Amino acid sequence: MPKPARLLVAVAALLMCVGFVLPLWRVDLIAPQYPEGLGMLIRINTVVGVKEQDLNSINNLNHYIGMKHIEPDMIPELRYMPAILGVLVVTALGVAALGKRAVLYAWTVAFAGVLAAGLYDYWKWGYEYGHDLDVETAIIKIPDMTYQPPLIGSKQLLNFTATSWPASGGWALVLATILIALAVWKSARPPVAPRPLA
Amino acid sequence: MITLPKFRHVVGAGAVAAVALLAFACAKRPSSGGLLSADAAKAVYVAPGQYDEFYAFMSGGFNGQIGVYGLPSGRRLKTIPVFSQYPENGYGYSEETKPMLNTSYGFIPWDDTHHPALSQTNGEDDGRWLFINANNTPRIARIDLTRFETEEILEIPNAGGNHGSPFVTQNSEYVVASTRFSVPVPNTDVPIAEFKKRFKGQISFIRADEPGKMRVAFQMLMPAFNYDLARAGKGQSNGWMFLSMYNTEQANSLLEVNASQNDKDFVAAVNWKAIEACAQKGVLKSVPASYQHNFTDEFTRQAVSQTITSVPQFEAKQCPGAVYFMPTPKSPHGADVDPTGEFIVAGGKLASVIPVHSFPRMLKAIEDKAFEGEFEGIPVLKYEATLAGEVKNPGLGPLHTEFDGKGYAYTSFFISSEVVKWKLGTWEVVDRVPTYYSVGHLMIPGGGTMKPNAKYLVAMDKITKDRYLPTGPELTQSAQLYDISGDKMKLLLDFPTEGEPHYAQAIDAKKIKDRQVKFFKLATSKAPFLTRGEKETGLSRDGKKVHVRMTAVRSHFSPDNIEGVQVGDTVLFHVTNLEQDWDVPHGFAIMGAQNGELLIMPGETRTLMWIPRKIGVYPMYCTDFCSALHQEMQGYVRVSTPGSGVALSGVTSKGPQSAPKAEAGPKQ
Repeated sequence: MPKPARLLVAVAALLMCVGFVLPLWRVDLIAPQYPEGLGMLIRINTVVGVKEQDLNSINNLNHYIGMKHIEPDMIPELRYMPAILGVLVVTALGVAALGKRAVLYAWTVAFAGVLAAGLYDYWKWGYEYGHDLDVETAIIKIPDMTYQPPLIGSKQLLNFTATSWPASGGWALVLATILIALAVWKSARPPVAPRPLA
Repeated sequence: MITLPKFRHVVGAGAVAAVALLAFACAKRPSSGGLLSADAAKAVYVAPGQYDEFYAFMSGGFNGQIGVYGLPSGRRLKTIPVFSQYPENGYGYSEETKPMLNTSYGFIPWDDTHHPALSQTNGEDDGRWLFINANNTPRIARIDLTRFETEEILEIPNAGGNHGSPFVTQNSEYVVASTRFSVPVPNTDVPIAEFKKRFKGQISFIRADEPGKMRVAFQMLMPAFNYDLARAGKGQSNGWMFLSMYNTEQANSLLEVNASQNDKDFVAAVNWKAIEACAQKGVLKSVPASYQHNFTDEFTRQAVSQTITSVPQFEAKQCPGAVYFMPTPKSPHGADVDPTGEFIVAGGKLASVIPVHSFPRMLKAIEDKAFEGEFEGIPVLKYEATLAGEVKNPGLGPLHTEFDGKGYAYTSFFISSEVVKWKLGTWEVVDRVPTYYSVGHLMIPGGGTMKPNAKYLVAMDKITKDRYLPTGPELTQSAQLYDISGDKMKLLLDFPTEGEPHYAQAIDAKKIKDRQVKFFKLATSKAPFLTRGEKETGLSRDGKKVHVRMTAVRSHFSPDNIEGVQVGDTVLFHVTNLEQDWDVPHGFAIMGAQNGELLIMPGETRTLMWIPRKIGVYPMYCTDFCSALHQEMQGYVRVSTPGSGVALSGVTSKGPQSAPKAEAGPKQ
């Protein structure tokens, strides 16, 4: 690995650490009755309201459509995520220290796998949360209506416009991913020039 | 579309005719003080969704409350119940708020509020608290302006008619209250004819700078006069209090005539710093008394009424230098200190001039002993010695003066029904505008402080006659808003007010609006009957008393159906609103309740007492339209004959619930 590539990987590892402190994702909900909005921040190990009571208010409203309560303790991923990110950071630093191209490639494949799995898991969580409605107790039942929040972008869910977007920590991970991609590109072997025939 | 131009002509002609009519109407009865109606409308228009620039707090007079209005629009925002029960939100009806209205005479559901006073820091309104007096059964209340709620009420002993009250010193060290009626001290059974001998006036200095700790710091006994309005000294005169008084004739009947004999009554200058020094020397005596101090703690939200059994008291003459009388024509009402603290303006109801006393001249007169005599040991200064000047021919019936901080004073004239603007120092009248009709007090935001914010002036009128659509014998009271930013005062707006505002305060909205409590936190609530969640709800019986711990959340009560209540039981519904979001109150009412309803703010616990007198099934429901399924937010209570054997039980969303063996007493 060329030196700049090793440096890029090291910087990416440090950037990923931001994910421990700052929220990864943010979901905002705006409705006529909530001009100030309600919102959730998804952190590496928990889900919290943007304002102190927002999660509580969202849960309260969701009982009308039979949604499950969002309780951080009930989401097992939140327990593993810090460890997974920790392993990624440490191994990325290892990759930078070793400077072996093959190791970088292997690590990158694993990293991409973890990212994809993470996003899939988040999507699946949203899917289940939006589809698995308690029809017995749901007060508002609209045939075929589901309440899956968007993975990214905006969506109208009854009177609420739900907007989902990476938050500061999430953007740090995006930036880290770009740096890794750059490192891979920099490490790629220059095309071997054809040997002149003797 | 050929008809459109024609149509436009017709409209145009109509508009011209309307303008002509308006001009005619204006000529007949000026309605805007020379300002074009459209300009006046623009000046007071606050577009939908926009905020007013000022909060105005107007006393409700005989409704015992405070009306909160926005200025310049004149829109009413809220009624804050203070000394009167308020069915709208259960104040004075719920078990938590009843103790606020307790007095040494027992529970009193009503009073008469007159003079709101904002708390001050460095001579400027700070927007923390609002104080207001109860005129009839003497009390002072403190209203917290993060919650717009009456938080504390102190009864004032040895007072009769707490009219000259409350007036705040420049750092809210004291709130001052004087007695309107002199009464026997201590009050006892004496012939009224012995007024001069047996009756006393008094001025009370109340410490009010700490929530929950209002107390009479000292009470000064004064000659038996009638005491009236006051202002604290400020800047150079800080440490002094100036109070007007009438009936120096010491009449006790037909005051209309008998108290209007003397050409001059007094403004008292009270040196409270000198009194503090006297107190240090042990002049104060702790005199037995019995009066109530009521306070609602922020976390329990349960009012507690305590009896206080003594009051620190002294006779004015026991502390030399504490009080001087300044002769003042004639039956003065207002004693108003200008923003620099130099001038004291007296509004003599029957005077033909506005006399203005000078604080530096008063100090000099005291030093030179320019006394014309004394009254019950209190030195009376010479009128000429303290006088700075007189405003000549100002109008009839001057009452009250406020200031703009730019060298001008504005005085209300009840009899000639006008506001007169005059210049401090030259004492010349520079402008006058009519009021509709018979203005009492006037108010400029901060106009009684060191820092007036003099964009507007509000006149509070006592008579409205033909100004509004008539409403039977009793007509609305009215406030009038004037623009005083220019040389000439301009009438902008009439707006109706609740009750009879005697006086008002207004403050830049910025000092209040961003500090609002949005809901009460369940996590920190210390309410004695708090129920933190549906799992904690329950019923219990203690003899004939039934406690129901209930929760309310959009859109159900838990429990909602209750059985096992018996005729003659005292049922206490302790309802906790589980919401933790702004503007989601729930209500609670039950058929046949003889006290009222509850309006429960988010995170709050409120208790309604209910004594069923007949068997049957009683509906209960949420009274505040809380949500889409508000109408479904209901339940029943079954009332059986005593001894019928129906078990005490309730139904929650988790299924039936029977009364636990243990009593659901207050949480420790």
